[in-house]
Amino acid sequence: MGPRVAVVDYGMCNLDSVRRALEEAGGRPFVTGDPGELDAADRIVLPGVGAFADAVRNLRDRGLDDALRKQVLDDGVPFLGVCLGMQLLATAGHEGGRTDGLGWVAGEVVRLEPTGAGERVPHVGWNEVHASGASPLFEGIPDRTDFYFVHSFHLRCDDGGDVLATTPYCGSFTSAVARGHVFGVQFHPEKSQRHGIRLLRNFLNAGWAGC
Amino acid sequence: MLKVRVIPTLLHKGFGLVKGVRFDSRRAVGSPMQAVKVYNLREVDELVFLDVAATAEGRGPDLELVDELADECFMPLAVGGGVADVADVRALLEVGADKVVIGTAAVERPEVVEEASGRFGAQCVVVSVDTRRGGEVWVRSGTVPTGRDAVEVAREMVGRGAGEILLQSIDDDGVMAGYDLETIARVSAAVPVPVIASGGAGEPAHLAAALEHGADAVAAASIFHFTEKTPMEVKEYLRGRGHPVRA
Repeated sequence: MGPRVAVVDYGMCNLDSVRRALEEAGGRPFVTGDPGELDAADRIVLPGVGAFADAVRNLRDRGLDDALRKQVLDDGVPFLGVCLGMQLLATAGHEGGRTDGLGWVAGEVVRLEPTGAGERVPHVGWNEVHASGASPLFEGIPDRTDFYFVHSFHLRCDDGGDVLATTPYCGSFTSAVARGHVFGVQFHPEKSQRHGIRLLRNFLNAGWAGC
Repeated sequence: MLKVRVIPTLLHKGFGLVKGVRFDSRRAVGSPMQAVKVYNLREVDELVFLDVAATAEGRGPDLELVDELADECFMPLAVGGGVADVADVRALLEVGADKVVIGTAAVERPEVVEEASGRFGAQCVVVSVDTRRGGEVWVRSGTVPTGRDAVEVAREMVGRGAGEILLQSIDDDGVMAGYDLETIARVSAAVPVPVIASGGAGEPAHLAAALEHGADAVAAASIFHFTEKTPMEVKEYLRGRGHPVRA
């Protein structure tokens, strides 16, 4: 049996796609917004689309920020943030004024700024993910594989060591981060077909010794 | 490099998929679930699913159907038709749509776009701008003229938070003789967000022309329903013309 994965529901949608993709990847996902239920998870996925400030407020209002901190940082449960879920790892976001994030990855979430003609924001579509080094998350996935993106902001890391992958758009931005067992991807693995499912499977299996 | 997207459009009416000519004379072309499964296997870049009867019938989106389709869709799915307010947007996102296409409601009550974008983010709000040749915007499935030009409407929509513009040419829909390149060029030059061109594709060269006139993505239906061309073959052609496509 695959690992139990909590898909964190904090009122920011797109949960069903993530749940389905995790199922396809061999996990046993359950959607929850209850901080108490995170205890039952072998893995935690924080999805999300929407505005940074709303997301932070929703996490706090539900007591999920403290619960996540306990499970992930204190108890070492592997974590994957997807899209807005990755951005929330940052020290702070700048979407509609400065808002503190979870602060697990030092950096700021700022708007993409076009550097050349033809670069539009939001950044929508399939774009390459260039790995900065080997990681179990990208095992079996060729370097520079296209993943699906749809976002206007990106996480600018303070420490280059946290950068797992970059994508060449608006100059270049960080499209995946890793800090120990805490991962974040700016793209949508749940919408990136077989390579996306593979990435989720890698996340589920990395260091996983069974039940 | 960001790839251009080739997006099959699925039009739904009653119990099945249809394809018509100029937003009318629609005939049955199959079941939506079957189409979604095939496109999923073929790894197309994205899908647009439009319930073309919803607004005319005064009802909202068919959430049950979208829920079923989204479960089979490991690729981006944009859903529209009958989206009247922010509650519809939320409901569609909750059942698995990645983006919601707002058409008539966006033009008639643009505050819907503002609300949806503010609440769920610009990236999931696609506004459908349906035009006649020359660029005038029509609403209610191409039956009611607004007297406004596509550029003006597209700019307003982006100002209110639309993340993408689905630019559909009513007069070219299903005719398979090429896109409305002039309107594509004008709208693409006027807005900073991606523009998806729709209406008129009959052969791969038509899709290339739309991209060369400024579109960021090309949607097409008839070419995939009524010719032997697949999205992959179209992309191979585009690659040959120097457009970046996903393998």
